[in-house]
Amino acid sequence: MPERVNEIIRSPGFWVTVWRRFLRDPVALAAALVVLGLILMAVFAPWIAPQDPFQGMSLRRLKPPGTEGYPLGTDELGRDMLSRLIHGARISLFMGIVPVLCALFIGAAIGIVAGYSGGWTNTLLMRTVDVFFAFPSVLLAVALAGALGPGMTNGLIALTLVFIPPIARVAESVTTGVRSRDFVEAAKASGAGALLIIRKHVLGNVLGPIFVYAMSLVAVSMILAAGLSFLGLGVKPPQPDWGLMLNTLRTAMYTQPLLCALPGVMIFITSISFNLMTDGLRSAMDIKA
Amino acid sequence: MILYATKRVLLTLPIMLGVTIVCFALVHLAPGDPLISVLPPDASQSIKEQMMALYGFDRPYHEQFLRWLWRVLQGDIGTSIRTGRPVSTEISKAVGNTLMLAALATCIGFLLGTLFGFVAGYFRDTWIDKTASALSVFGVSVPHYWLGMVLVIVFAATLGWLPPTGAGPGGSEDWKWDWVHFKYLILPAVTMSVIPMGIIARTVRALVAEILSQEFVVGLRAKGLSEVGIFGHVVKNAAPTALAVMGIQLGYLLGGSILIETVFAWPGTGLLLNDAIFQRDLPLLQGTILVLAMFFVVLNLAVDVMQTMLDPRIQRA
Repeated sequence: MPERVNEIIRSPGFWVTVWRRFLRDPVALAAALVVLGLILMAVFAPWIAPQDPFQGMSLRRLKPPGTEGYPLGTDELGRDMLSRLIHGARISLFMGIVPVLCALFIGAAIGIVAGYSGGWTNTLLMRTVDVFFAFPSVLLAVALAGALGPGMTNGLIALTLVFIPPIARVAESVTTGVRSRDFVEAAKASGAGALLIIRKHVLGNVLGPIFVYAMSLVAVSMILAAGLSFLGLGVKPPQPDWGLMLNTLRTAMYTQPLLCALPGVMIFITSISFNLMTDGLRSAMDIKA
Repeated sequence: MILYATKRVLLTLPIMLGVTIVCFALVHLAPGDPLISVLPPDASQSIKEQMMALYGFDRPYHEQFLRWLWRVLQGDIGTSIRTGRPVSTEISKAVGNTLMLAALATCIGFLLGTLFGFVAGYFRDTWIDKTASALSVFGVSVPHYWLGMVLVIVFAATLGWLPPTGAGPGGSEDWKWDWVHFKYLILPAVTMSVIPMGIIARTVRALVAEILSQEFVVGLRAKGLSEVGIFGHVVKNAAPTALAVMGIQLGYLLGGSILIETVFAWPGTGLLLNDAIFQRDLPLLQGTILVLAMFFVVLNLAVDVMQTMLDPRIQRA
């Protein structure tokens, strides 16, 4: 008899179940490994890259992939493509993850406060958020980055502002759902203050779905950031950024087509891996899209 | 119904006011002097002050905003610094081109997206579903500006079937609906259609799967209705949501056309924005963004009202 009791107590927790389901999804797992590889590549870029990504030489401009010493060729200033692509992972991942993280903190705070308070606070906060929904995301990003002027910090600010409204909206709807649950009522009845209830009872129940939603925005953020750089509104040269590389290599589109498609391949691989990983996580957590 | 529509329109008004505030703030967010692109760098202080007074930049913000809003309400959204023409003239030339491109892209995306979505939803968890789902993941993951470049490399540079950029052999002026001009539209429209295709395919797949798992479908099957008949029911149930998603996507494409228009040098609002940003033509930037955002708000409103009209299950009053 005692063994059976133990078995019942040891039923796996939520996150263990999610993790086991995730491991059974080969596509999501492969995508997660690619993401991990890209993160390692970004972190250890200076040690992995065979050459200096800034050092160019006019004698060896626009060499095709496969040239000796330059496995992926050289760019329009004679810089090693492979090294620049490896270093480019740093900015691309940074611009994919950091704006979403910043927006996650601010957006979740707005949404949870609005959802938990309800009433006028909710109306005021969520109507303000609605105003930003009136701008298609690309337009808002371009408008903000365009007004602030080019540069990585301005791009970061613009993208953070783009992602606050959708995250706030998700946070608000999840929190509104949790607010009327019995355990919140019970905590209220026993005299707990709003902050304590949010910290102890609401956060644990809403952070999971908000976090997964935010993760699905990482790929969008990366594509948008690269798009801003592509327009000349993001990272400034000579920084090795995939979007900026696409822009500067456009002049070589007819002479070295393969070469100038390479940075886009990197953006594509990264964004599709993030998307597939998030999809897998979402179905493992049984959250509807 | 009319009550709902009226209420929805009234709810949109504060959002529109918010949009104008954001657009007004954009110009004042910009670093440096708002007159930086008009005045020569060595302009004297007195000329500077005169110009500031002329444009009204010396007044307090709320007064500037109200004056600007009053002019906007009368249809005057400013004068382009670069060309000296009214911003509305510049935009009306570009907006037709973008609308044409976005509408064609939405149509292609909707056709392919519903096709993939239906097939995937019907044959759930088979290889067909996996292939169709892979295509929709491709659609939402691919950086479309890069896809545009790849298509130009393949179909324009290598095969030479289609022109790479522009909107016609004679530049951007006088568009005609003939094959010579239409050829210029194909590559940008196909590139642009990839985004709505992915999103619509995802939505339709989820819709179809959900509808097929409902009890009324089991009931219809038990009654002996043919698969064609059941398909009709599925279409009817999925249509309002799918059409609503399509409408919103059209709005996103109209507002987010800047990247694709830059790749293909398509003379629409995106290219106009690009020019406005890099020539620091702030009135043009402000006006274009205002018009595009307002268009998006109105489109959202129309889609919402239309969806309520099409779908009797939605009871909103």
